[in-house]
Amino acid sequence: MTVQFDQIQKTFQSPDGELLALKDVSFSVEEGAFVSIVGPSGCGKSTLLNILAGLETPSGGRVLLDGVPVTGATDRIGYMPQKDQLFPWRTIWGNVTLGLEIQKRKNSGDLCRIHCLLERYGLSEFQKSLPAQLSGGMRQRCALIRTLATDPGLLLLDEPFSALDYQTRLTVSDDIHTIIRQEGKTAILVTHDISEAISMSDRVVVLSARPGTVKAVHPLDELHGLTPMARRDHPRFHRYFNEIWKELELGA
Amino acid sequence: MPETVSLERLAWLRRRKRTKALVCGTRVLLLALFFILWEAAARLGWIDPFIVSCPSRVWRTLCNLWDTGELWLHLGTSCLETVVGFLLGTVAGALIAVALWLSPTLFRILDPYLVVLNSLPKTALRPVFIVWIRAGPASIIAMTLAISLIVTILEVHNGFRTTDDGKLRLLRSLGANKWQILFKLVLPANFTTLINALKVNVGLSWVGVIMGEFLVSRAGLGYLIVYGSQVFKMDLVMATVLLLALAAAGMYQGILLLEKVLKKHLGVST
Repeated sequence: MTVQFDQIQKTFQSPDGELLALKDVSFSVEEGAFVSIVGPSGCGKSTLLNILAGLETPSGGRVLLDGVPVTGATDRIGYMPQKDQLFPWRTIWGNVTLGLEIQKRKNSGDLCRIHCLLERYGLSEFQKSLPAQLSGGMRQRCALIRTLATDPGLLLLDEPFSALDYQTRLTVSDDIHTIIRQEGKTAILVTHDISEAISMSDRVVVLSARPGTVKAVHPLDELHGLTPMARRDHPRFHRYFNEIWKELELGA
Repeated sequence: MPETVSLERLAWLRRRKRTKALVCGTRVLLLALFFILWEAAARLGWIDPFIVSCPSRVWRTLCNLWDTGELWLHLGTSCLETVVGFLLGTVAGALIAVALWLSPTLFRILDPYLVVLNSLPKTALRPVFIVWIRAGPASIIAMTLAISLIVTILEVHNGFRTTDDGKLRLLRSLGANKWQILFKLVLPANFTTLINALKVNVGLSWVGVIMGEFLVSRAGLGYLIVYGSQVFKMDLVMATVLLLALAAAGMYQGILLLEKVLKKHLGVST
């Protein structure tokens, strides 16, 4: 799926006045690409994702999915929130099938795909377990499978690793990177962690502080084809890191 | 599980058992001591059994009530009123809370009225109910409703409103409508809130029933207490209070059992 942000603008209204959160945000993501959005906290990263997911309407501009403007929530987008947000009263199976249940399309084909995903990513023996019985990394993988279950063309990852400890975070981001590549999905990752952005994506979009606007785009050409772990060891990694770091600092 | 149990674990299990026995034993002992002391004080003339009664007289009164069949009449009447009031208050309260959750505007409109009604001493309404509905079980149930309904609405609605925002967004991104959000997220996430409302309402319903029966009634535990105090039969008053304690405790245990069964059935772990 291709995504095109076309001069997105967003103001928030409150009794105290207006707040310009996003201003003229324009960039595009081609089919199968993995793009990260980084920016200082409060720059409107999550708002941008909400607009893309159809949970909020922009004050100006539009988002095109495969050339068609977004008007509301769509089942073509898979949203992976901060924290796993697994429902503690549902089993793992109940959690990963939640999307299909909501969209009333629990047919054998879709269920079969979920079985395959659980199998492939080492969770099939935990189908009947409750989320509390799983480790943080496993829960995060479940959350990803829940997102993949509805077979969306585009994945939105909203700081999905921020609740994990450092060690787990490295392994899980490696896992999830692999899964997304294998499934051939287009993905947009929002994060404030620069190294996470560089290690996972094809391209990093840097947003400025409020009002958020695109400040720079880094095509990470020299890192293409490498796993997140390998990228972290690559000599070019730190140059990218420093460049983005400076841009964020100047913006703040 | 390994078959070999370590000595340390054995010792721990033994200690645990001993603590449990100590707690239970002391509980029973305390109650027995209370009754023995009460009885002894009455027999030795430290207190006047005509005013404070004593266990043996209470027991005789209870046997009397049993023989005449009055026990079941009064206990049954009060229990029935409590259960009906409790069910109505809880179900209606929860339904209204759902309605207010579905329409935040409605909640904003009604909020101040709910707050005023909540702080109003409900006893003040009792004469109004008698005039409107006439004395009898119906007005007593109206009293229980008045006491438990508003608290239930506020408590349950507050629970609904504080449902995890992240989970709400997740469901909305999947395209869920309000009813799906209600049944798949808000209700299960508020299981504890709902059970707590039940627990509080059992107590409140008893307050409503006894208050109702105090004013005008022909049967019920509240009637017995008032009647006993008017003809100065303190034995009857004490016996009834004892019955009341048992009935209320029984119902509370019932709720605990319900909670256990529901938890097991729904697989709720939090």
